[in-house]
Amino acid sequence: MAEAATVARRPRRRGRARRAPSRYVLRAIVAAYLLLLVAWPVSLVAKNAFADGLTDLRAILEDPDVMHALGLTVRVAVVAVVVNTVFGVGMSILLVRYEFPGKRLLSALVDLPLSVSPIVVGLALVLVYGGRDGWFGPALEDAGFQVIFATPGIVLATVFVALPLVIREVVPVLEEVGVEQEQAAHSLGAGALATFRRITLPTIRWAVVYGVVLSLARSLGEFGAVKVVSGNVLGQTRTATLVVEEKYLNFDKGGAYATAFLLALVSVACITVVSIIRPRTSEETTP
Amino acid sequence: MSIEITGIGKRFGDFVALDDVSVRIPTGQLTALLGPSGGGKSTLLRIIAGLEHADEGTVEIDGVDATHVRPQRRDVGFVFQHYAAFKHLSVYRNVAFGLEIRKRSKAEVRERVTELLELVHLEQFADRLPSQLSGGQRQRMALARALAVEPKVLLLDEPFGALDAKVRRELRDWLRRLHDEVRVTTVFVTHDQEEALEVADEIVVINDGRIEQVGTPDDLYDRPANDFVMRFLGPVTRLGPDLVRPHDLELHPGEVDGAVAGEVSRVVRVGFEVRVEVTAADQVVLVTLTRTQFLALGVDVGSPVWVSPAAGAPTVAAVGPAPGDRSLVPG
Repeated sequence: MAEAATVARRPRRRGRARRAPSRYVLRAIVAAYLLLLVAWPVSLVAKNAFADGLTDLRAILEDPDVMHALGLTVRVAVVAVVVNTVFGVGMSILLVRYEFPGKRLLSALVDLPLSVSPIVVGLALVLVYGGRDGWFGPALEDAGFQVIFATPGIVLATVFVALPLVIREVVPVLEEVGVEQEQAAHSLGAGALATFRRITLPTIRWAVVYGVVLSLARSLGEFGAVKVVSGNVLGQTRTATLVVEEKYLNFDKGGAYATAFLLALVSVACITVVSIIRPRTSEETTP
Repeated sequence: MSIEITGIGKRFGDFVALDDVSVRIPTGQLTALLGPSGGGKSTLLRIIAGLEHADEGTVEIDGVDATHVRPQRRDVGFVFQHYAAFKHLSVYRNVAFGLEIRKRSKAEVRERVTELLELVHLEQFADRLPSQLSGGQRQRMALARALAVEPKVLLLDEPFGALDAKVRRELRDWLRRLHDEVRVTTVFVTHDQEEALEVADEIVVINDGRIEQVGTPDDLYDRPANDFVMRFLGPVTRLGPDLVRPHDLELHPGEVDGAVAGEVSRVVRVGFEVRVEVTAADQVVLVTLTRTQFLALGVDVGSPVWVSPAAGAPTVAAVGPAPGDRSLVPG
């Protein structure tokens, strides 16, 4: 094995030496692109959030309506992530391990939430679950269950927009590891549940973690679909992203930047934590 | 713990993988399923393990109909060509897997796993991950894992196919010795006739989804049922209407009764072996001799010679391709 590794490394080193100049140019382009498009704008949000020191941040943290909005956003995101993780893992296994008619259609459908504008998603949900003239809403409302302009609607919209993220992380990993480990587990006496828990889940755990982080970040930041279905009621159904818009439109720039900063902070923290713990354990998962 | 396969058929779409296959695999023996790639041997093995469902026919293991039993209840050990090691578990936990599923006590698991790791010479690797083992070590671990649950039958799907030639030969010897020690009914799939001839007690030759012949290595080599088996088990050449092994032919410098007359057209020496091509009538006959035999004959390119099969040499009526073609490449 060691021998094979050195053999494989040798030509790569030679290649690197020859391609060095173009490689640096490419790196510079990528770095500049990311800096201008992502890092700089986001850092400006942070800079503006602290334009008056900690005043703006303290102001929103002391505002009960903002705190309620932040709490609501976190609750909705957590529920949406749990739902999408369970559904996503199940769906991934279905798509990779089973053959059935309509599989390609289903696979395409799973990607739909990524391609449809969230505001369309919001409108579609209102058409189905709307309390007054939705397709399914009045019946639910009679049963005492309000979806649109209430928390369930916000959860639904968030679940919808973040739906493909876990699946798109898990499917390639399942495809790559193949079915043999699971078959080996079966032949050793493990049933479906034991095989899933002891073999499949550990194999895909990093894909799941990454999918969860992406879903969490996406769920915390959802705006368009939530704006339509939530009703944006202050202190009730107003989420953090809606607070940002509200404050921005009302010329409370400081408050808007401070809230935006908090949202960005959570997302960056999620991704940072994962990228720190991931490489350390990736060695054991490589074949 | 014999395996009784009756009338098994399996299709993948239009492709017929197995066509009405019936065979009995005897208890306690090491049986090889031998045949070219795509001939259906792996499919048959996977059907025995329950990893694949037959379209028709039945599989009986140890006298019990197992056709519709799920793989986890069949009590078979399965070893995959690419090891199927549980990558996130240590060697110890890999081997312990089946026992843990069966909820054996910790002490029992430890005792059994230690014993098996010694059997496969991996005791000092217990805490390693599979990625830290070589291919041969991984396959031995997979074998220990399959044996841990004391299966009724052990099934190996091209177990040495992914290993390099030297390791393959070592493991082949080792498997034979292991089997003599453990004595579990074992079936292994291979496309390497040398491997089958060397290791197996019994060989089932499978081609095109059908069984060509079942027998001991001697049976198959000395009494091939047809030209396919003859061709698959070793080099062949054509003499008149028959297929015969090149080393079963005798060369005579003078005329002999019943021998075919010809002329030496080519001589190739490979180590101790000399390959002589004789052009006789419209065909080229390949004869292999030892260096000593060849020198004793005193013939060379252009010499007239007479070719005859050695006494008792197996011959089979040739069907299909023209003379000389695949004679040097068995399989």
